[in-house]
Amino acid sequence: MRKVLAGFVATFFAFTLACSRPGTQPAAKPPSAPPAAIVAVSGDKQVATIGTPLDQPLVVQVNDGHGAPAAGASVWFRAVNGTAFEPDFGVTGSDGQFTTAVTIGTLAGRYQIAAFTTGAGGKTVEIRIAELALGFQENQGRQLSDFYCGRCHDSESTPERVSNHDNLVAQPHGFDDGAFLNKMSDPDLLAIISHGGPALGKSAEMPPYEHTLNKSDIAALAAYIRAVADPPYQSREVVYAQR
Amino acid sequence: MTIRLRLAAIRKALFGDSARAFGTLGLLLLLLLAIVPYRDHFREWYRYQRSYLGLIRGRDDALTLQRRFQGGVHQTWIPELGVVDRCASCHLAMKETSLRNVSTQPFRPHPPIPHSLDEFGCALCHRGQGVATTVIEAHSSTKAWEEPLLPARYFEASCGQCHMDKLVGTPRLNAGRALLARYGCVHCHALTLPHGARLTPADHPPSLEHVSQKTTREWIFAWIKNPQAYSSTATMPNFQLSDNDARDISAFLISQSTPVEGGGTPPARNNPTAPSDADTQAGSSAYGESFCASCHAMQNAAGTLVGGNVGPELTGIGTKVKPDWLREWIRNPKAYDPETLMPHYRFDDKQLSLIAGFLGTKTEPDFVANMHLEAATAPQIAHGKQLATEMGCAVCHQINGIRRPEDFAPDLTTVGSRPLAKIVFAPGMEQTLPAYLAAKIKQPRSFGTALKMPQFNLSTTQVDNFVTALLAQTDRATALPARLRIAGSPASNYEPAGSAGRLMRDLNCFSCHTINARGGDMAPDLTWEGSAIQREWLLNFFKNPNTLRPALIRRMPKFNVTDAEAVTLTDYILTAYQTPAFDRDSFQPASDSASIEQGRQLFYSKYACQSCHIVDPQKDKGYVGPTLTQVGDRLNAAWIYQWLKGPQALRPGTLEPDWKMSDSDAASLTAFLMAQKGSRK
Repeated sequence: MRKVLAGFVATFFAFTLACSRPGTQPAAKPPSAPPAAIVAVSGDKQVATIGTPLDQPLVVQVNDGHGAPAAGASVWFRAVNGTAFEPDFGVTGSDGQFTTAVTIGTLAGRYQIAAFTTGAGGKTVEIRIAELALGFQENQGRQLSDFYCGRCHDSESTPERVSNHDNLVAQPHGFDDGAFLNKMSDPDLLAIISHGGPALGKSAEMPPYEHTLNKSDIAALAAYIRAVADPPYQSREVVYAQR
Repeated sequence: MTIRLRLAAIRKALFGDSARAFGTLGLLLLLLLAIVPYRDHFREWYRYQRSYLGLIRGRDDALTLQRRFQGGVHQTWIPELGVVDRCASCHLAMKETSLRNVSTQPFRPHPPIPHSLDEFGCALCHRGQGVATTVIEAHSSTKAWEEPLLPARYFEASCGQCHMDKLVGTPRLNAGRALLARYGCVHCHALTLPHGARLTPADHPPSLEHVSQKTTREWIFAWIKNPQAYSSTATMPNFQLSDNDARDISAFLISQSTPVEGGGTPPARNNPTAPSDADTQAGSSAYGESFCASCHAMQNAAGTLVGGNVGPELTGIGTKVKPDWLREWIRNPKAYDPETLMPHYRFDDKQLSLIAGFLGTKTEPDFVANMHLEAATAPQIAHGKQLATEMGCAVCHQINGIRRPEDFAPDLTTVGSRPLAKIVFAPGMEQTLPAYLAAKIKQPRSFGTALKMPQFNLSTTQVDNFVTALLAQTDRATALPARLRIAGSPASNYEPAGSAGRLMRDLNCFSCHTINARGGDMAPDLTWEGSAIQREWLLNFFKNPNTLRPALIRRMPKFNVTDAEAVTLTDYILTAYQTPAFDRDSFQPASDSASIEQGRQLFYSKYACQSCHIVDPQKDKGYVGPTLTQVGDRLNAAWIYQWLKGPQALRPGTLEPDWKMSDSDAASLTAFLMAQKGSRK
C-alpha cells in the first residue's frame, strides 16, 4: 500500500516537473512568439442582403511581433443584431490564418465585426472588420444598378460582361466612390439619374432614366449608392458594433 | 366565541345600515378600478413606451415626436386580410424617419418598402403572432410555436405570397422558383403557385426507351451510382444506390431498350481509329464555329468549366456515348429525341466526322475503369425493373414497360404553412420550418435512409433560394383576396404554323429565342422582329450569322440552312411577327444631307449614342448595344423611329434608356442611322 502511494507521489512530481519545463508540453504547440496583431486577409467590405450569408468567407491572420504568421493562436468573433459565424471560435492553421463563414445581421446598415486573439500576457488583441447589410430598398437598387448602371459605372470586366467604363470620355464614378458622390446632395443625385448628365452640367454620356425607371426605382438606386459609399455618406451614420 | 363577536362587530361597522353598505361597496369598487392601471403599469409594452419617451426627450425634434406619440395598445385591423396586429404598441417609431440613426429595437423606423404599413399590417410579411402584446408571444421565440417570425434570410418569401411576377427586389425568390423548375423538383412534387398555375419543370430528362443505342451498361452503372462524378453540373441527383441495385437497374435499362423507329442501326463505319491531330484540331475549330459552347460546357486545359448550361457538359462525352450514336445525334438529334432542345444543324459528312471525331477524344476513362459487369440474369432484370418502378425513375424518364406515376411525392402547394406537429425533426436540429426545409433539401436521407428523395448537389445559396420559394407557399397566400395577386407572365404554348413552323421546331429556335412569350432567354425576343428587320439582311444573316455582334461569346450559330429554307423563315418572320403598334412602311426617312448631318449632331452630342454604339469603327468605342455600322441595311426605318421614341414599348426590359424623344429628333436620327449602309463603308 505504502509502495503504491510512494509510486503515485513520485509520478506526480515527475509529471509536475515535466510540465513546468517550457517546450515539453504534450498539448497543441503554442505560437512561437505571442500574437501581436490580427489582420483581415480577405472577406472584408462585402455587401449582402440582411440576414443572408456573405458571398466570400472571412479570412483573418494572426501575426507575431515580427510580423510572421502565428500558428495555433486562438481566434474568436463577436458582432451584433444576429450576425452569425460558422465557426465563431477556432485556432489558426500553420499559415496563421483562420476562416469563417459570416451571416450578416438582420438590420440594414454598416456592421463592424470584431475578431480577437490573445496576445502577450493574456491581453486581448482585436481588429474591426467592416461589412454591409442591404435592406429591401437598397437591394432593389443593387439589382437595378447591376442591370442598368454597372456596364459603365463598374470598371471591372468579366468575360460575360465587358465593362464599357474605359470607352467613355467622362470616366463614370464607381458607386462606392464616396469621396466624390457624397458631395452630391440627394436632389442632385436623383436629378442626374432622372434627367441625365446635362441636368447638372455633366456629360451627355450619362443618359436620363426618368422614362425608363419609375420614381421608386430611382429612389432605390440612390439609396443603394448612399449605402455602399466609401467613406460612408453620413459621418454620424449608425454602425452596428459591439461596445 | 370572541372571533364570531368581532366579525359581527366588523359587519355591523361596514354594512350596519344602508348608508354604510353603500359607502363600503363604493370604496371596494374604486379599489378594483385602481388595479387596472396598476396592472398595466407593469406590462411589457408600457415599459417600452416609457423608454421610447425617454429616448426622444433630449432630441431637437422631441416636440414633434411627442405630439405624434399616443399611449396605449395600438392595433391594426384589416378584416379582408385577416390581419390583427398590435406590433406598433412597442415598435413606436415605424414611421418616424428622423429616427433613422437609432440602433436599438424596437425603436427603429421601418426601412422603406413599396407598401403602406397601414394597408398590409406586419404579420402578413413578418409572420409571428400579431395580436400578442409581449415580446416572446409576438415573436414566438419560444420553442415549437406554430408560426414564429420569418428569419430575415428568407424574407423574400413574403413577397411571393402575392407576387408571381419576377420582382427586381426579390432575386432569391425568383432564383428559388426557377430552381424548383430547373432541378425538376416539380416532376415528383406538385406545386401550385398561389394564383393557381401549376409550376412546370424546365429541365429535360432524356427518354431511356432507346438508351442501349446511346451508351453502354457500364456507363449507366457508373452514372446512376454518382452522376456528379461524371459531371459536377449534372442535374440528375444521387440516389445513393448500392452496387447490386445499380447493377440490376442498369441491366433492366439495357434490356428494355428498343431500336429507334425508322432509324435503324447506323451503318458501321470501317475506320474506328482515332482521328489524326490535324482532324481533332479542325474538329475543335468546327465546335467553336458552330457555337456549341453557347449551350454546352467543357473543361479547358486548366480544368475550368467553359460554356453554357442549356445542354449537358461534354468533358467526358467520348466515354459516355457510342461513336456511331454521337455522329447520328449530331446529324439530326430529333431522330433520337423529338423533344430535345438541340437544333438540327445541317452538317455535311465532313463536318460531322470532324465534330464527332473531336468530341470522341473528350474522354474520362477513369469513370468506367475496372468495371466488370457479368451478363445480366432474368431475376436481376426483374429486380431492376421493380427498383426503377419504386424509385420513380419513370417520373422523369420515359421507360418502356413502366407507366409514369402521378403524384409521386407530397404536394408542396402549402408547404410554407406546414404545421410543426406534422414534421418529424432529426435529433438535435433546430425545430423550425425553415431549418427543416433547408436540412431536407440539403441532405434528404438524413431524415431516414429509407426515404426516396435523392441527394442533390447544391450550394448554400441555392438551398436558401429553394427555402425562400417554398416558404412563399402558405395557407394565407391561397386565401388572400384576388385583387392582391400579381400574376407573372403566363406560360405560353405558342406554336408557329405551317412549313416555317416545322422548320423552326427543327432548328429549335425556341431554345434560345422567345416568341410570343414562349422560349429561352439567351437570344433576343423575336415577337416583333418582322417590324424591325430588312428582308435582304435577314436572308443573308441565316446564311452567315457572324455579322452581328461578332465579339459575343454566345451567338447565333450557322445552321447551314438551304436557300429555300432561309426564304421560308424570312418570309414567315416578316409577315407573322409584326407589331400592331405601327406599319412597316409608316416612316420614310429623309435622305438629304442636311437632315443626316443634323442626325449626326444629335447622335454624337445631345444623345451621346456613341457611348454604347459604334457607327464609325475608327472613332467610336461604345460597346454596350449592337454595332450600327451597317444599320441602314439591317433595320427598317419605321422601327428605328419608333424605337427611338420608346424602346421598352417594342421590347420590354431592353437596356436602352427611354428618351421620350421628340418626333423631329427621332426623325433626324433615323435619317442619320438609315444612311449607315455597308456599301458606303
